[in-house]
Amino acid sequence: MTAEAWALTLAVFGPVLGAGAVAGLPAVRERAAVPAGIAISTLALAAGIFVAAAFDYGSPATIQAEADLAWIPAVDVRWHIGVDGVSLPLLLLSLLMSVLCFVYLAGHMPEPGRGRSLVALLLLLETGMSGTFVALDLILFFVLWETVLVPMYFVIGIWGGPNRQHAAIKFFLYTFLGSVLMLLAFLAVRFAGGSFDITALSAHVPKGLGGAFGDLVFLGLFLGFAVKLPLWPLHSWLPDAHTEAPTVGSVLLAAVMLKMGGYGFIRIALPLLPDAARDFAPWMGVLGAVAIAYGALCCLAQRDLKRLIAFSSVGHMGFVMLGIATLTEIGVNGAVFAMVAHGLITGMLFFLAGSLQERYRTRELGELGGVLAQAPRFGSLLTYAAVASLGLPGLAGFWGEMLALLGAYQPAPGLPVQLFRVLMVTGGVGIILTAGYFLWMLQRVTLGRPPRSSPPVADVGVIEWTAWGPLAALILVAGIFPQLVLGPSGDAVSQILAGFGS
Amino acid sequence: MTLASANAAIDWYFLSPEIVLTAAACVVLVLDLFLDQRRKHVAAFTGALGIAAALGLVLSLAGSSGRTLAGAFEIDTFALVFKGLLALVGLGVVAVSVDHFRASGYAQGEYYFLLLCALLGGFLVASARDLVTLFVSLELVTVPGFIMVALRKRDAKSNEGALKFFLFGVLSTAVMLYGMSLLYGVTGETLLGPVGEVLPSADRGLVVLAVFFVIVGLAFKAAAAPFHFWAPDAYEGAPAPVAAYLATISKLSGFIGLIVVLTAFVEVADLWRPFIALLAVASMTIGNLLALRQDNIIRLLAYSGIAQSGYVLLALALLQPPTDGGASLLTNGSPLVAAAFYLVIFVVMELGAFAAAIGFGRRYGSYFIADYAGLWRRSPLLAVALAAFLISLAGAPPLAGTWAKLFIFLAALDHGAYFLAGVMGVNTVIAAWYYLAIVRRMFFEEPETDVAVEPPRLIRATVVAAGAVLLVLFVYPVLVTYLLAPTAGFVLVGG
Repeated sequence: MTAEAWALTLAVFGPVLGAGAVAGLPAVRERAAVPAGIAISTLALAAGIFVAAAFDYGSPATIQAEADLAWIPAVDVRWHIGVDGVSLPLLLLSLLMSVLCFVYLAGHMPEPGRGRSLVALLLLLETGMSGTFVALDLILFFVLWETVLVPMYFVIGIWGGPNRQHAAIKFFLYTFLGSVLMLLAFLAVRFAGGSFDITALSAHVPKGLGGAFGDLVFLGLFLGFAVKLPLWPLHSWLPDAHTEAPTVGSVLLAAVMLKMGGYGFIRIALPLLPDAARDFAPWMGVLGAVAIAYGALCCLAQRDLKRLIAFSSVGHMGFVMLGIATLTEIGVNGAVFAMVAHGLITGMLFFLAGSLQERYRTRELGELGGVLAQAPRFGSLLTYAAVASLGLPGLAGFWGEMLALLGAYQPAPGLPVQLFRVLMVTGGVGIILTAGYFLWMLQRVTLGRPPRSSPPVADVGVIEWTAWGPLAALILVAGIFPQLVLGPSGDAVSQILAGFGS
Repeated sequence: MTLASANAAIDWYFLSPEIVLTAAACVVLVLDLFLDQRRKHVAAFTGALGIAAALGLVLSLAGSSGRTLAGAFEIDTFALVFKGLLALVGLGVVAVSVDHFRASGYAQGEYYFLLLCALLGGFLVASARDLVTLFVSLELVTVPGFIMVALRKRDAKSNEGALKFFLFGVLSTAVMLYGMSLLYGVTGETLLGPVGEVLPSADRGLVVLAVFFVIVGLAFKAAAAPFHFWAPDAYEGAPAPVAAYLATISKLSGFIGLIVVLTAFVEVADLWRPFIALLAVASMTIGNLLALRQDNIIRLLAYSGIAQSGYVLLALALLQPPTDGGASLLTNGSPLVAAAFYLVIFVVMELGAFAAAIGFGRRYGSYFIADYAGLWRRSPLLAVALAAFLISLAGAPPLAGTWAKLFIFLAALDHGAYFLAGVMGVNTVIAAWYYLAIVRRMFFEEPETDVAVEPPRLIRATVVAAGAVLLVLFVYPVLVTYLLAPTAGFVLVGG
């Protein structure tokens, strides 16, 4: 194994070892848990940055920092990890968000405390999230995908809001059902293709995966990924989970875990089953467009800030689905960019919503107001994140959705052009509605007069600056230099889409 | 295997683990007479010593293979792997029993004697390759069970459970014996290998009937639906450690017997496969649906154990008659490895879950799930361990239960059994609901009191050991698949 491969292994599996160490801390060391979490996740991020620095940007379509070891020879499951231009940005996103969450925890430990358990669970979660983006063996992918389930269930159920029990079980069962179907599809892929290796299967698409059988396999993958994304009408776990989860849980759910679904489509479903993907693409596009419109309309009706952001995620993920459904380089690149951008922006929005609730003891839009007057820096950051989310050009939210719509204008050959143009228009209307509800939210929360009963409110503190500063900066940088993401992802996406003749 | 070589001298070394267990059982029985009431628990340690010695002998036999007792007793990888597993689980069951029987003070010596006898039966089942030997060893597992379930003789539930267990048990034994007599009548042989060879050319109706009866008897022991009615009542009525025995050693022995019989009769697999598939679907569905409504953790584990039996049966329903000598291992290797792997992981998970439940019951005096509220605050180790076992039984990481389910799914899809795989998929999600309901109580609800629950030391050790084994096997399942890979071959080539 090369140095890069070791670094990648450390970035992904360091946190789980750290989780064991943190869980084993004696009770008197409860206060050491968060600093330990910061240290371990920073180490993982440093390893990830090393991988990114050593990455050969001249050939982003090649798998790099690759490790390929025998794991369970009896069933030909391999320990195969590596990064290419699509997985690298998502890997860095998950490593970064984890660090920021631990930093945030240093000043905002949710009730009922118990830092050791929370930090250990979040570190376990980190391994599952970042591992999913680098796994190149279907079974390894499945195991890491499942690894996020249990820690997030506990994070929501123990540290969540009043309705947490319901939200936690709903989250678990939805995702569990999806992943069982996904697993069956993986096993069917092996049955037809004779291998679990994603790179080998993508290079030589198995002949057996065509026709009705291929469609059935794709359906399994589709359901598994669509629940995670989540795609309308499989999204109903999301508003509950995001609203009830503690701030760090909402941030990681929105910023990273939703991306696992989109990544699954791009990494596994499209390249392995191109024929079935073409059959399903119009449906995926329609569901994506419905999600955009539905998410926006639901947002207009929300009174709870966190729930509003949660429903806005449904809409944003609709753009990701639409971009993928076009099966074009432009659309899929747009989807990758939109995922990274949504991770940065919505992660920041959930941080802000969490802190807002801590300050005002409420998330009801009707009871908030005048944040800009009381805490000008906080209000400005909220405004900044909200306008980034509604897609203001120059900030990160713009490019992904623009490219997704552009892809829908001219979808891959063989797809119904008229339909996709209708979807494009629907998406465009969705963008307008998105602008509408975010501006309405800003008007309610940041402008006007503070509620009379409001206690004196502190402005952004040092810990908050540390946790949010990098996000604010990256939102701007990615908005001005979209090449940072699109550069590496471009070639990698064209290789993935080689089977679609676009 | 010809009779001439089978009649060779008895190989005492092959029989040594069983001999040691027999000796240990006798020593325990006699020792009990001379111990005064306060020191009766010494019997437990004597028994554990015997099991450990038997385990050592099993390990020393590793790699050997051959037959003795006129071909009725075989040592091969399959037999040795399961004897080793039985011994380890046996040690675990003794460990979770000590505190219970010491405190309640009844029938201590007899209990360990009966447990050792049952374990001896399990050992013999793994090696039995003859109808008569198989029958006797299976009964050696079951009959001590009847008495152990009834040990709380002044308790109405214990009596009810034992009576049900006994009546169903005797009935199924009679049916199985009738099936075996038919097999002998049809083939004129009692050795499983020759019986299996003659079956394809024998009268089809009689063969179906005979094999059906034998499977019914074994399905009773494995607690598979619709022969499961005794299980929840017997589990609940029995002293909790006896329920742990029923859920692990007794069930495992039934499955070992089933694998021995089915692989021997693989030539006529087409005749019994649909029946096994039916049992699998019924067990999964009935077990899971009934488990949804349980409020007692022992009953819940009983019903969930019925469902878990269904998953193993699913793998066995995939066995196919060999097309030619070489192909059989290829086609049947994956279901057999999947079934055996599932059994290994399952009994460890089940032992862990029972140990945790008994640990809680010993200190809190309750097996009601409602009393587990907030256990996390009162005993973090117990709550985390029980949650891990339950989540693993559901099939999610981070313990080895994931692999157990995955291998069965894999075998099912490799054999084109999409319907069965689909039924199992749906059942896996249903099961997650009731397993998580317990987890939810332990972690998400407030405890009524803050009094810590400290389980007895031996139980804690069992919980930790089971958890460690499952964690290691999650990271590196090869440790078991490596052992089982030749197993699939030996069973098929032997038989």
